[in-house]
Amino acid sequence: MPPASDAPIPLLARGAAPASQAELARAAPRVPFLGLDTVWFQVGGTLCNLQCRHCFIACGPANHEHELMTRDEIRPYLLEAESLGVNDLYFTGGEPFLNRELLGILEDALRIGSATVLTNGTLITEERACALAQAYQASRYSLEVRVSLDGTTPERNDPIRGAGSFDEAMAGVERLAAAGLNPILTVARTWDDDEDDAIRERFHDLLRARGIARPRVKVLPLFLIGRERERTRGYGAEDLLTDEHLRGHDPWSLQCSTSRMVTSRGVMVCPILIDAPDALMGKTLRESMRPHPLAHGACHTCWATGATCRN
Amino acid sequence: MPELRAGGRLQGRSVEGALAVLGGVYSNHLALRAVLEDARGRGAARIFCLGDLGGFGPHPDRVFPILEEYGVLTVAGNYDRSLAARLADCGCGYAHPRDNAYARLSYAYTNRRTSDAERRWLAALPSELRFTRGGKRWLLCHGSPRRVNEFLWDSTTSDRFLDRLLRESGADLVLCTHTGLHWQRTLPGGGRVVNVGAVGRPANDGRTEVWYAFFEPGTEAACFVPVAYDHEALAREMEDESLPEEFVETIRTGWWTTCLEILPAKERARGRF
Repeated sequence: MPPASDAPIPLLARGAAPASQAELARAAPRVPFLGLDTVWFQVGGTLCNLQCRHCFIACGPANHEHELMTRDEIRPYLLEAESLGVNDLYFTGGEPFLNRELLGILEDALRIGSATVLTNGTLITEERACALAQAYQASRYSLEVRVSLDGTTPERNDPIRGAGSFDEAMAGVERLAAAGLNPILTVARTWDDDEDDAIRERFHDLLRARGIARPRVKVLPLFLIGRERERTRGYGAEDLLTDEHLRGHDPWSLQCSTSRMVTSRGVMVCPILIDAPDALMGKTLRESMRPHPLAHGACHTCWATGATCRN
Repeated sequence: MPELRAGGRLQGRSVEGALAVLGGVYSNHLALRAVLEDARGRGAARIFCLGDLGGFGPHPDRVFPILEEYGVLTVAGNYDRSLAARLADCGCGYAHPRDNAYARLSYAYTNRRTSDAERRWLAALPSELRFTRGGKRWLLCHGSPRRVNEFLWDSTTSDRFLDRLLRESGADLVLCTHTGLHWQRTLPGGGRVVNVGAVGRPANDGRTEVWYAFFEPGTEAACFVPVAYDHEALAREMEDESLPEEFVETIRTGWWTTCLEILPAKERARGRF
């Protein structure tokens, strides 16, 4: 049953009353589950040394909503993912480098398939960059390091990501490059459409200026949840997807058709909705291999932008 | 169309002898003829093309008569599907605006120069071909057995994922293209996947040759063959057609200059740009 009123309703994890979310889920469209191609790990939990103003899961030094995952916790999931024919593995947080076992976890992953780690770049020491490069060289699969940044200068970046974060992240990028890796700068889209080309080019120039000849940049849309809801706005009832939205829409373009997210609490539908109670699909990956209702405002962002958290 | 009827008769039949399999023609008619001559010279009993006849190169109409002349059995790529259905874009599956900007240029050029008869020719192409060889089930497709525009890169495609694709598609061997880079792998489960690469542009290795896959009689392991052709003549044709100078540079140098953002770390690291 669709919501009766046009008034904005809290669609998001935190603050959404379970009853109304269940109602939304019943009315929401579903995409088929097409296969477990990608598994994400919330390896850093919701702990982060930064507190970015747009963080969609409000990570920070004191956020224990999801805890760090140990290598022993992750290993059974990797084995299960492998048995289910997984293709690629992603590691995020929080800040993954707060997890002291990260390198061992990445080595476990690279025995199965390609791996990507999403980091704010501020904790990448020379030793860590070197160890990552060794893991990359030792595997026939690709290891990608994605470093988040929100501006090409401290003046643009630090108001969003915190004082000093630009210089620390770029130092991390340079250490990765010096070790032989080519990180992907990952930028949340905090600008207007007409600025898109120019700003992307600025990020490419920034990397070239730091000696990276083959600059790589990925731009992600903002999700209006977590801290971003406070910074700008949240989603409203008009953002809910219906069957009409999905008619003729390529199900492969929605990552919930082929991805799942493992956190310390269990398996979630996707990397974005990990704070939504209804996103928890089970304790094992196999239990999660079924369609999930697209009942959140954030689903509209994926649908409208064709966004994928993958590389 | 005799070549398509032959393809239809092939389905499920046994195909022995030497095989040549190529992909990604991208309107490079000069390379295509050179590759087909090479395959004939090696004694190929059958020649297959895994699609994407247009894009990137000049004069898309010149590819069709060559494929007919050599009796090449062809499956449809995303480009062929898009042109046949008059879609707005090539459906290559790029995610980055830079990649898409160049993809739009080459699609617009190719789309303008594709006739109704050629669209009907493309529309009739099958999405896959299956036969047996040495008692094994071979499946020929463009991207992957499940999606025409799925990129199967060597460094981001896991053994277990490929095992699953083979199991789900009921094949022991899968031959594909779409990425433009050739590779092959024997899987722990005994299957094999061969990405035959592309004959339309070089393999981002600083060489101007293009690559295809040759299978000697009785074998399932591909021999990847580099083929030289008059790439300078192609480059001049591209310039005469006002195609982007970045495309021409790739033909002359062997290094990719566009559609680079889709490359995974290891594949990107091997190129110049």
